[in-house]
Amino acid sequence: MSTQEFQVNYEKKGLPSTWLRNGLIFLVLGIGLSAAAYFIEPQRALINGVVAYMFVFGCGIASLFLIALEYIVGAVWSVPFRRISEFLAALLFIAPVLALPAFFNFHQVFHWSAPEAASDAILKAKAPYLNVSFFVIRFIGIFIISWLFYFFIIRNSRKQDVSREQFLTKRNITLSGAFIPVFAILISIMSLDWLMSLEPHWFSTIFCVYYFAGSLLAAIAALTFIVVSLNERGYLIKGLTEDHYYSLGGLMFAFTNFWAYIAFSQFLLIWYANLPEENFWFINRMNDTWSYISVGLIVLKFVMPYALLASQPSKMNPGRLKLAAFWILGAQYYDLFWLAIPNYYKTGPALHWTDFGFPLLAIGVIMTVFCIVARGKNLVPIGDPKLKRSMDFHL
Amino acid sequence: MQNKVLYSVTGIFQTPDSIKHAAKSIADAGYKRYDINTPYPVHGIPKAMGMTISKLGYFTLVFGLSGIALALGFTWIITNIIYPLVQGGKPFFALPPFIPITFEVTVLLSSCGTVIIMLLLYFKFPNNSHPLHDTNYMKKVSSDKYGAYIMADDPNFDQSKVRSLLESLGAIDIEDIYYDEETVSLRPKVFEPKFLGFLLVAILITAGATYFTLNKLLFMPPFDWMSFQSRVNAQSLSTFFPDKHGMRMPPSGTIARGFMPFPYEGDPDKAGKMLVNPMTNTQENIEQGRKQYDIFCSPCHDWHGTGNSRLRGQFPNPPSLHSQKVRNWSDGMIYYIITMGQNTMPSYAYQVSREDRWAIILYVRTLQRAMNAKPEDIK
Repeated sequence: MSTQEFQVNYEKKGLPSTWLRNGLIFLVLGIGLSAAAYFIEPQRALINGVVAYMFVFGCGIASLFLIALEYIVGAVWSVPFRRISEFLAALLFIAPVLALPAFFNFHQVFHWSAPEAASDAILKAKAPYLNVSFFVIRFIGIFIISWLFYFFIIRNSRKQDVSREQFLTKRNITLSGAFIPVFAILISIMSLDWLMSLEPHWFSTIFCVYYFAGSLLAAIAALTFIVVSLNERGYLIKGLTEDHYYSLGGLMFAFTNFWAYIAFSQFLLIWYANLPEENFWFINRMNDTWSYISVGLIVLKFVMPYALLASQPSKMNPGRLKLAAFWILGAQYYDLFWLAIPNYYKTGPALHWTDFGFPLLAIGVIMTVFCIVARGKNLVPIGDPKLKRSMDFHL
Repeated sequence: MQNKVLYSVTGIFQTPDSIKHAAKSIADAGYKRYDINTPYPVHGIPKAMGMTISKLGYFTLVFGLSGIALALGFTWIITNIIYPLVQGGKPFFALPPFIPITFEVTVLLSSCGTVIIMLLLYFKFPNNSHPLHDTNYMKKVSSDKYGAYIMADDPNFDQSKVRSLLESLGAIDIEDIYYDEETVSLRPKVFEPKFLGFLLVAILITAGATYFTLNKLLFMPPFDWMSFQSRVNAQSLSTFFPDKHGMRMPPSGTIARGFMPFPYEGDPDKAGKMLVNPMTNTQENIEQGRKQYDIFCSPCHDWHGTGNSRLRGQFPNPPSLHSQKVRNWSDGMIYYIITMGQNTMPSYAYQVSREDRWAIILYVRTLQRAMNAKPEDIK
């Protein structure tokens, strides 16, 4: 083994100029369309806003979880991609802005907060948790805690680019160990508050895991899409191999299956017990045009990604990886839409033209935030002590 | 070496880099029938050898699909055709509960099938003889050296050319491997009677051991615990009571619920005086009486009580029920006769219930009235 210092084969370049431009186009289009939607169908637009918010929040916090996961398990192969996840985790700062419309129309979004709920025995029993002041406290607490972790972990990681000191990695490992259990609580509370409480009479103990599985899938898909696109144009470190691609594809494939497993577990238990306090949630989604949307969810979020990623060569093929990653991001948005909208629109057409501005808004937010945060920074953690080993990574 | 056949030419290499280079050079030289042996998996060898993705995955696909078909077909036949049972109000063949079964059978069949197919096709199982066994070459490449060999059945094979190629690549130890055709066979042995017989014996032993274990050693009797309770069965001896009777007599001076004593035996006059018909003269009760009369009385007394029976003289005809004598009898008297019998008529106490007897009497009274109608009845 050579003792000479490892030369990082990375040339610092700004992101492709078209990315920010496209991101801003999406953002403007999204804001325009969703604002129009708000004036035409305020109720539906608000719920769609919640979907977009949960999509962006999930991407952000799951990206932070991916970083923590890499530190705590000592993963080597993903080190060149960690910076991308760090940029995506900055979505945590923009997410509360997307939640603001819901706060200004609180009763319309969260029916449990409406005055009529006081006469509902079930909601009365849930009131110690589901009340407006505690809800706001939880919301603020979740963001403050995740911002703190983001701040410390990312600061250490960026410092390392210059100082190349190992103790920063060790410090981040400690921080990650603290973050992972906190993350489990934060994402559970967020999914309870913003998705499950849209149908306040319903409950499912696996719901938080369901949202976690989908969000992590989205974070991995976004990471894969950006990594493959940047690496094709030579923006990342030289020497990434098919094995790196294979690992990204393998993770997407694994979490597609994990999501399907969780989703099916939830369905099977509720279907089998057939208790009226649980089953109406699925019955709402099996009625009318929603039945097609529900079958579509199985196809879009499980069957298609499975078929796209099943074979070994497809996980190494850049074009296939980009397609699968884009597909999974779309499917995650579709899944959140399916979770939220049928609570309010049980019959009638499942899709409305005003729904389509919000995915554009979410994509626009992600692209713009990514480009702004990444501006002028290294796209690879060049000072990380594990970087050399990660370039030698073989399956 | 006369009866020995050349199998391959082998070369030993010192470092993983040299074996990678050798693999690539041999592939580039156009050889197809060659292989690389290393003591551990060396990264990049399959690529250097120009190997494509293994075709074994297609077998996995086939086995997986048959697993799905098998599990779904099995559950469908069981729940829909052989043993349809309603469970929890679900349809006979409801897909969701069978998804886990299908998943498991699919995983089981595809993984086991892949391994077995790999053993059979790639390792020529159960043929475990190979010309390279027990050679110096194999001893070295399974401990600390790297080896390449080119087989003699390669179309481009030429012993001297291969030797010089390996030499030029830096092989340190070049050997020719010969084998005895009589002891070492290269053909697959799956269909040899010996192997098939072994499989058959293995199957029989497994099945027999399973049967013996489950049905003999671990036999669980059916749940017949209710047959062995600490209670006294009917008609059996009791060790508890001093009179040894398992069945107990009722305490003196009590009667069973719903039982009506009949203390008039041998005293029809007293019965006729004391007994009163408890049933009222309603349409319903008369109808009940008609049914019982038609069943039990009409064979001898005729449908209308004339005594002109359907027995056609095989028994003496009973007297008519419409005679003045019978019409003057009280209900209690007729009840006594049905209960105790008269002349050739036996007792009907055990065949006709007490209530039915009284209902029959109501019907007989109706018949008598109908046969001897007074002018005012016609209105």
